[in-house]
This record gives sequence, structure tokens and C-alpha cells, in this order.
Amino acid sequence: MITQVSDSLYTQLIRTYEGNLPSSEPHSLDEIRKQAFGRFKSSGFPTVKQEDWKYTNLQPLINQPYTVEDDGSDWKQVLESADIPNLDAYRVVLVNGRYQAELSTVQAVPGLSVMSITDAFDRLCFAKYFSEYADKTDNPFVALNTALFTKGLFVEVGKNHQLDKPIHIVHMASAAQPLFSQGRSLYVMSSGSEAEIVESFVAAPDTAHNLNNFVTEVVVLENAKLQHYWLQTAGAQSNYLTHTEVYQKKHSLYNNYNCTFPGAAFVRNNINVRLGDSEVESHLYGIALTAGNQFVDNHTVVDHLMPHCESYEWYKNITQDTSTAVFNGKIFVREDAQKTNAFQQNNNMLIGEKSAVYTKPQLEIFADDVKCSHGCTIGQFDNQALFYLRARGISEEQARVLLVHAFAFDVTSRFANTAVREYVEHLVEQGLKAG
Amino acid sequence: MLSIRNLQASVEDKEILKGLNLEVKAGEVHAIMGPNGSGKSTLGNVLAGRESYEVTGGEVTLDGKDLLDLSPEDRAREGVFLAFQYPVEIPGVSNINFLKTALNEIRAYKGLPALEAKEFLNRVKERQKLVEFDAKLANRSLNEGFSGGEKKRNEIFQLAMLEPKLAILDETDSGLDIDALRIVARGVNQLRSKDNAFVVITHYQRLLEYIVPDFVHVLYNGRIVRSGTKELAIELEEKGYDWIKETVDAEGAV
Repeated sequence: MITQVSDSLYTQLIRTYEGNLPSSEPHSLDEIRKQAFGRFKSSGFPTVKQEDWKYTNLQPLINQPYTVEDDGSDWKQVLESADIPNLDAYRVVLVNGRYQAELSTVQAVPGLSVMSITDAFDRLCFAKYFSEYADKTDNPFVALNTALFTKGLFVEVGKNHQLDKPIHIVHMASAAQPLFSQGRSLYVMSSGSEAEIVESFVAAPDTAHNLNNFVTEVVVLENAKLQHYWLQTAGAQSNYLTHTEVYQKKHSLYNNYNCTFPGAAFVRNNINVRLGDSEVESHLYGIALTAGNQFVDNHTVVDHLMPHCESYEWYKNITQDTSTAVFNGKIFVREDAQKTNAFQQNNNMLIGEKSAVYTKPQLEIFADDVKCSHGCTIGQFDNQALFYLRARGISEEQARVLLVHAFAFDVTSRFANTAVREYVEHLVEQGLKAG
Repeated sequence: MLSIRNLQASVEDKEILKGLNLEVKAGEVHAIMGPNGSGKSTLGNVLAGRESYEVTGGEVTLDGKDLLDLSPEDRAREGVFLAFQYPVEIPGVSNINFLKTALNEIRAYKGLPALEAKEFLNRVKERQKLVEFDAKLANRSLNEGFSGGEKKRNEIFQLAMLEPKLAILDETDSGLDIDALRIVARGVNQLRSKDNAFVVITHYQRLLEYIVPDFVHVLYNGRIVRSGTKELAIELEEKGYDWIKETVDAEGAV
């Protein structure tokens, strides 16, 4: 189905919903979609008047004509730019959010179920977890996604299964004409399971302008462990609104490594982690290396709901040229969350004289026996250090790379997967040359 | 090897070097002494190419090649090494990785292949011993959390690794206790050869008891006002810098 309309995206989406409610779905999903659509219709797209979108002006993006559907099924190969050297992984490919089974290599892996989300509607855990957490937030893009998604990915790692290889999920963007895509994913880590998920965002070199609204719900059950990497390397034609909602159960571990490199013109990531039971551990690491006129906004929420949990968050922004980075890190420590240990740090290095960083740590603490800390720094290249390195024969370019590596080291050194870490270090090096 | 003619340099429009001349031949050690503010450190920084120092006149050549036209990294690759008075701490850059990058960039400039990992590590081990530099420090972040003495020893370790033609030691003795001073001096003495040269910048004669110079120059008010042998340093130590100031100022008045 292709509908090219020159209306604003909002009217277009309203019309899409009212004319084409996806049929043959469980009744409960119809109900969820209906409510979600109601929420989106009443809130509309967020504007800079809303605190959570203060620095993130969506108007230029949404006041454009888009095609709202495209099946992406004529894509026959995986983009080379998605390759991560030395990463031996199961590969899952999505084009504009749609699962491509024939390009994926996850069939018959013991303990692993991967399928299009539309094939998972009758699964027990879909009924149990879908929209259970993400739709509790007030992000209008989640409501819009819930109401209208027709594609996406479902991943379930079975009870006590420890995957022998990471799952590499490749999100490709490819459009012949301006495209608005919505993908919806649900990952369920059953109790006692362990996995590594590496998500790459890439775009076909000749793609038309595209705007992607991706919502991912992640449930990490008792004693499960998930390492979740997020590598944004798409090109300038691509724009992303992503929302990742994580819910953790007792004794679980969730690590998120969120990296953005020069390319995609606009990126807004919402990452919410709910520590829903006691003795849960969560780590959020982020690097945004920006160039050109790029805009990258990371909004995170770490929500301590129960006692004896630990969270650790460290984000680094490196801005070049006229790019902008936003970091907003909210930590809630709810009344029941005694003995919480929460740490947050955000460091920024402004390389471009006309680049900008907006950063805001927010702590809301309702319990009285907790340990919370946060810190934030803003700086530039250290010219003394630069001269010191050059005086030893190191070129200025290489010296800058060394110094940025050093700046990012607090984050990159936490990457458990060596192939991904080396790849990220390589992307940092490349990203500096792009700047 | 090094030839400095009528060098003039300023910092933030303040003239510091006012026509400095110096000839250094291969195999020689020259000491540059002088009171505070005479321009000693400026000389070291100008030779290494620090951008905040502006050269306003004169010329500097290294084996006939014009140094002042080169970037700091190319000067280093040509064989100039400045041991910093205040070595910079760079957290997150490992000492070893830094040295490997530096060494291989210098080698690439000379058309030599990068050192094999094993060769490199052998050289690290050997040179570490030479300057009694703790192996644990070599594996840490560059100078991070090092004591003053450890930083200075690291400078000499880098010197040993990079094997420059011309080493300029900028007040390497400042902040060193007598044991560290002895170790640093012993390292330098072992690195001396007929093919390289040292310019030792110091405020005190003390260092020169350990690194014995072939020539001693006294820098005052941006110029070299006295040159001699090591006896000049001893005379200076006895009479103090006021003696130089008075005699030179008197000459100027004549």
C-alpha cells in the first residue's frame, strides 16, 4: 500500500488510522491500538514548549510529505556498512522495520525464537508484555507506534538458554521517495537466559529522506542477563525517533551501550529502564560523536522502583562543526527503593566552535536511605596535551584521535564484546575525520 | 648539528629572545643557565614548535634543514626532542600505546617499516632498565597520577625509546630529589653518543655535576652573554646570577 499525500504528517496519519485499521488481529490488540490512537490524537506531535522536547524541534521533520507505507521486500542483500569486523553473530535483518527472514540467519538456533512481530500476536508472552510498559509513558511517538505499527521484530530467548553468539540486528533504511516508517519490537529474555544483542542502524547510500519511529520493549526476567548494543551509523538522509523501554525482574542485569556517529541528520533516543524488582543491576553507557549539522538527543530514565538495586550511567558527547548533542538523564528513586545505589556521569567535549551541548541531570529521590551521585563536565581539546603528543612525532590528526579515544575510554572500556569495542573505536576514528 | 642565528621570539607580544646565537655539534652537551625570566624555557619551547611562542626573527637549522618552517611533529621526526619541564597528564592514553604510535610515526617519516610487536616490546624492556623506569608505570595512562620524579623519568624513558638527534632537557632537574636526579643523569649519560647532542637547560649547577657539559652558556635578557666550559657553571654557582646581571648591565652601559 503506497499513499503519497502532501498533507502534514499528522493529518496523514489520522487518515491512515481511520481508513485502514489492520484487521485479523486479536481483539485485545484492537483495543490497545484504539486507546493508543486516542492518546496520540489528543496530544499530537510534541513541541519545544514541552520540557522533554525543549531542544528538539520536530517541526522541520514532520511538516514534510511522506509515504507512510512501504514493504521493503525487494531488498536482496545486506548493506556492507552493517558489517562489524570479527563479530561472529546470528544475523537478523530488517528493512524499514520489516523483518527479512531470507536475509537473516537465526533459524533453528536452540532456545532462540525470532520472527516478525505480526507473527507473534498469538504468543503468550506477547499478550503478557506487549505495550505493558512503553505505553505507560507519555511519549506521543510510542502511542502513535502502538496504534499504527504493521511491522517489527519479536525475539524470545528461552528459559535458562545462554546464546553462544550475539544476535546482530541490522536495521536498514531504504526508500525511493520520502518515507515515514514505524517498527515495533519486543524482546523477551526468559528467566535465567543470557544474550548479547547488537543493533546497527544503516541506510542505503541512495535512499530518499526517511523518518523512522522505532519502539522496542525489552523484558528481562528473573536472573536473566542482556547486553544491548545500539550503533547508529546511518547516513544524512535518515532521521530516527527511538524509544526503548526496559523492564527488569529480580536478579537481572541489563547493559545498554548507545553509540551515535556522524551521519543521521536527526536522532532522538529515549531509553527508559525500570528496575521493577529488588537486586537488579542496570548500566547505561553512551557515546555521541557528532559532525556537520547533526542533531543527537539522548533522553534516559532510570527508574528505581524496589530496594537493593544498582544503576550506573555514563554518557559522553563529542560535538564537531555545528552539530548539537542533548543529554537528559533522569533518575527516579521511588519510596520503596531503599538501599539504592545510583550513579550518573555526563562529560562533554566541544570540538566545533559552533557546536552545542545541552545537558540536564535530573534526580528525583523519594527514599531516604540511598546513595546517588551525578556529575557533568564540559570542555574542549586540551591544547597542552595536543602539543605534548605532537612534540613526540605524532601527527595532529592522530593526536586528536588519541585524545578523543582517551575521552571516550571511560565508556568504551566497559564494552564486554571486544569486536564491538574495536568497531566503535574504529568508528570514533573515522567520525573524527568526517568532522 | 644545531645552528641558531640571531633568534628572536616573543610571547603575547612580549619580546623574550632578543638575538640568540648557538652552535651545537654532534656528540656535544651544552648547558644553558640563567636567572628566572631570562628566556631559557622559551628557547626550548621555540625549538620544539609550541604555537604560543612567536618567532619574530632569525633562523634555526638542524643539519642544514630549516626547523622553524616545520610543524612540531615534523621537528620531532627530524630528531628534535624536548623533555618537558611540566610533562602533561593524559588519562586514557596508555604510555605504551602512545610510545608505539610516536615511534612508528617517526619511523614512517624516515621511510622505515613499523616495528614488530616483539621488537617493540624488547626495546621497551631494555630502555626501561636503562632509565630505571618502573614497568608498571609504562603500562599506565600517560603520566596520570605520576609523582614529579616519575614524570621526569618518563621523559627520559621516552627519550631513550625515540632516540632523537637533539635532546633538549628543560629544567629536568626541577622537583627531583637527589636519587631521582642521579637516575635521570645516569640515563642521559648512557644515551650520549658521538651522533647525538644534548642541550641541558637548568637553573642550578647541581645537575651539571652528574651530566658534565662540554660547554656552558649563560642566558640573560634574551641573549647568551657568557660562554665557557663547566668551570663557568661553578663560578656562577659561587657568585650567583647577580654577578652576571651586574657585569652585563655595566657592559651595556658603557
